[in-house]
Amino acid sequence: MKLLIANGHLIDPAAQENTGMSVLIEDGKVAAWLRSGEDTPEDCEVFDASGLLVAPGFIDMHVHLREPGQEHKETIASGCAAAVAGGWTSVCPMPNTNPVNDNAAITRYMIEQAERAGLANVFPIGAITKSSDGSELAEMGEMKAAGAVAVSDDGRPVPNAGIMRRAMQYAKDFNLPVIDHCEDKSLSSGGVMHEGRVSLLLGLKGMPALAEDIDAVRDIILAQDTGAHVHIAHVSTKGAVEAVRRAKDEHINVTCEVTPHHFTLTDDVVAGHVRTGSDSDWVPSAYDTNTKMSPPLRSEDHLEAIIEGLRDGTIDAIATDHAPHHADEKALEYDRAPMGITGLETSLGLTFQQLISKGVIDLVRLVELCSTNPARIFNLEHRGTLRPGSIADITIIDPELQWTYLNSESRSRSRNSPFDGWQFTGGCVATIVGGRIVYRR
Amino acid sequence: MEKPFRRRDLLGIRELSSAEIIGILDTAENFSEISNREVKKVPALRGKTVINLFFENSTRTRTSFELAAKRLSADAVNISVASSSVTKGETLLDTALNLDAMSPDCIVVRHGSAGVPHQLAKVSRAAIVNAGDGANEHPTQALLDAMTIREQKGTIEGLEVAIVGDILHSRVARSNIHLLTKLGAKVRVAGPGTLVPNDFSHFVESGMTVVPHIEDAIRGADVVMILRIQRERQDSAYFPTLREYSIHYGLTNERLDLAKEDAIVLHPGPMNRGIEIASEVADGSRSLILDQVKYGVAVRMAVLYLATGGNVAQS
Repeated sequence: MKLLIANGHLIDPAAQENTGMSVLIEDGKVAAWLRSGEDTPEDCEVFDASGLLVAPGFIDMHVHLREPGQEHKETIASGCAAAVAGGWTSVCPMPNTNPVNDNAAITRYMIEQAERAGLANVFPIGAITKSSDGSELAEMGEMKAAGAVAVSDDGRPVPNAGIMRRAMQYAKDFNLPVIDHCEDKSLSSGGVMHEGRVSLLLGLKGMPALAEDIDAVRDIILAQDTGAHVHIAHVSTKGAVEAVRRAKDEHINVTCEVTPHHFTLTDDVVAGHVRTGSDSDWVPSAYDTNTKMSPPLRSEDHLEAIIEGLRDGTIDAIATDHAPHHADEKALEYDRAPMGITGLETSLGLTFQQLISKGVIDLVRLVELCSTNPARIFNLEHRGTLRPGSIADITIIDPELQWTYLNSESRSRSRNSPFDGWQFTGGCVATIVGGRIVYRR
Repeated sequence: MEKPFRRRDLLGIRELSSAEIIGILDTAENFSEISNREVKKVPALRGKTVINLFFENSTRTRTSFELAAKRLSADAVNISVASSSVTKGETLLDTALNLDAMSPDCIVVRHGSAGVPHQLAKVSRAAIVNAGDGANEHPTQALLDAMTIREQKGTIEGLEVAIVGDILHSRVARSNIHLLTKLGAKVRVAGPGTLVPNDFSHFVESGMTVVPHIEDAIRGADVVMILRIQRERQDSAYFPTLREYSIHYGLTNERLDLAKEDAIVLHPGPMNRGIEIASEVADGSRSLILDQVKYGVAVRMAVLYLATGGNVAQS
C-alpha cells in the first residue's frame, strides 16, 4: 500500500529542506520525495496537501498517561487519541504511574498498550530511582532494553545531589538522558502557585522561582562533572533559562523544554485576570484550579525570558506536560486540588497564537522544537525527519485553520484545561503514524 | 473584578471601592444602636435564611455573625465542619450545591484555604460572605476595625497606622491594608523578616511601607494594630522561640509610648497575652479591643443586610 502526501510544503530541518514537495510512503516508511509535476506512482492513495505544511511527526517529550493505576484520569489509548488530534505522533510518558515505571515489565506494558491502541507511538521514560523515592537507582539498563528513552523522577525530583550524581554517571553508560523537574522542595513545599505579587494578593503559599533555579544550577554542575546528558523539564524561570544558556555556551551537555502554558499565561490568571495582549476573550474567575500546575505559571518577567529563550535557541523543545486529572479531583479548594493541566490538543494552537503569529519563531523553528530536537535528544533513530528511509510519522498542519478548543470535545478522559473556548488560527489537520492516517480533521 | 456588589457577595476588601466601604460603615453605624436597646431585634431580615458555614474553629466570629443575623430577625443556621469536606469524601462543589438546594439567602463561610468563598460564589445562588479564608482576607474584621477607628478618630484618611506581627499569614492584615490604604491612611508594617518578606512592599500600589523594626512602625502612629501569633509558626521555624518573639516584637507600654499620645491599640483576638501584647497594654486605657468586638456585631448586621438585598444607608 502506497500513500502520497501530494503538493504540500515540506519542512524538514534535519534534511535542511523547506520547499514544495510530495512525500511518497510505502510500507510505513518514507520511500521517496517527488517534486511537483512528477507523475503520481500507480496504485497509490493520494492525500492532497495543497496549501498545507508537511512536517516530520511531532514528539511530545513530556506527558502523563496515567496508565497503569489511574485510568479514571487517562488511559494510554485515550491519551494517544488526544495526542494525534493535537498533531503528536509520539508521546513520552513520565513514570509516575501506579506502580511507578521503574522496571522493564511496566515499560513493556506501556508500549504494548500503545500498540493495541494503534494511534501514537509511546516511548516511556523510566524512573531514576526505585518507586521514584530518591534512594536507590532503578534498573535503567533493563528499562532501556525494553524501550525506555530517558530516565526521570519528574514530580519527585531526586533531592540528594550524591544520588543524582550517581544516576547521571550510571545513565551515561546507557546513553540515557536524565530529565529533571527542577524544584528544590525545601524551598517550595506547600506552595500552590508562583511566589510573588499575585500569591501575596491571593493569600496563597508561593513556590519561589529560585527553587527551580537552584536545582537547575545543581544539575548543570553535575552534568559538567559526569558528562551525562541532562534535560531540564518544563523550564519556567528566568534563572533556569539563563543557567541553560550559560551551560550551552560552555558546551555542557544540557538541553531543555518549555510548555505552551508557560509561554502563554502568567500568574495573573490565578487572580482571574487575562494576560494583557492575549488574543482571547476568556475571562475566568479567581482561584480556578485549572490554573494550578507545577512548575507554576510565573510572572511576566519570567515569561519574557522564556520567549527570549525560544527566540535565541536556548530552549530546545516544546513539550506539553499533559497532566490529566478528573473533574472531581479538581473541584476542590485551590490548596488541595492536584497540580496539572491537559495540553496535548491545545499545544499547536497556542504555539501559532503566541509564537508564530507574533514573530518569535518561524515554521522551521516550530518543526525543530516539536520534532527534530526531541528526536535528537531522545536518540530516536529514523524519526524527527522525513528523509527517504525514515519512519513515516508525519504531522500535517494548516496554518490558516480556524478552530476553537472545547474541553467538552476533548479526546482526553480529563477536562482540566484552562484554555476552554480559546480560538486559534493554525492547527493540525492530519496525523500519520507509521504510514497510517490515524487522525484526520 | 466584576462581581461583588452586583452579586452582593462580600469576598474581600480588595474588590471594593472606597465608596462601597464607606457605604457599609455608614450602614453599620445606623445598626449599632440596636444592640443597645432592651429589645435587640428589628424585622429587617425576617423570612431570610443565613447559613454560617464554618470549616475552621471560631467562637467570636461565628457568634458575632449569628447574633447579627438574629438581631435582624433572619433565621440563622450554624454548620461547623471540623475540617475540609474532603475528609468526608465530598467535594467543595457538592457541599456548595447541597446547601444551595435549600435556598438560603446568604452563606457566611470561613475556611482554612484561600479562595473558597470565591469558588462558592461562582456556583451558589446565595450571596456569599467571607468570614475568613486561609491567609487571604477577613473583610468583616477589617470593617469592624475601621468602624472602631472611625468612632474614635472621626476619620481614617491621613491617619498613621502600624500593623505589627505575622503579616505573611494574616488575612486580618491583608484586609486591613486594603481597607486602610483605600481610605487614605498611611500604613507601616513590621515583623520578623520571615513573616514580613521583602516582596511584601508590592502588596498594594501605594499607601503602605514595610519598615524593619517594630519601633519604626509604632513611632508617631495614631493606631497600633497587633496581630496574633499563631503558635504553629514557631514549629515551622519562622522564629526561634515565643520568648524571643515577645522580647523583640511584643507590644509593651514602653514601645507604645513611641506612638502619638492619643494612639489606640487594636488586636483581632484571640490574644496571646505576654507574647504579642503585654497584659498592661491589652487592659490599658488605650486598648479598644472590646470595642472591636462590640462593633463587630453592627458591621456584620450591615453586611448581612446589604448582602440580602438591603440598601446602603445615606450618611
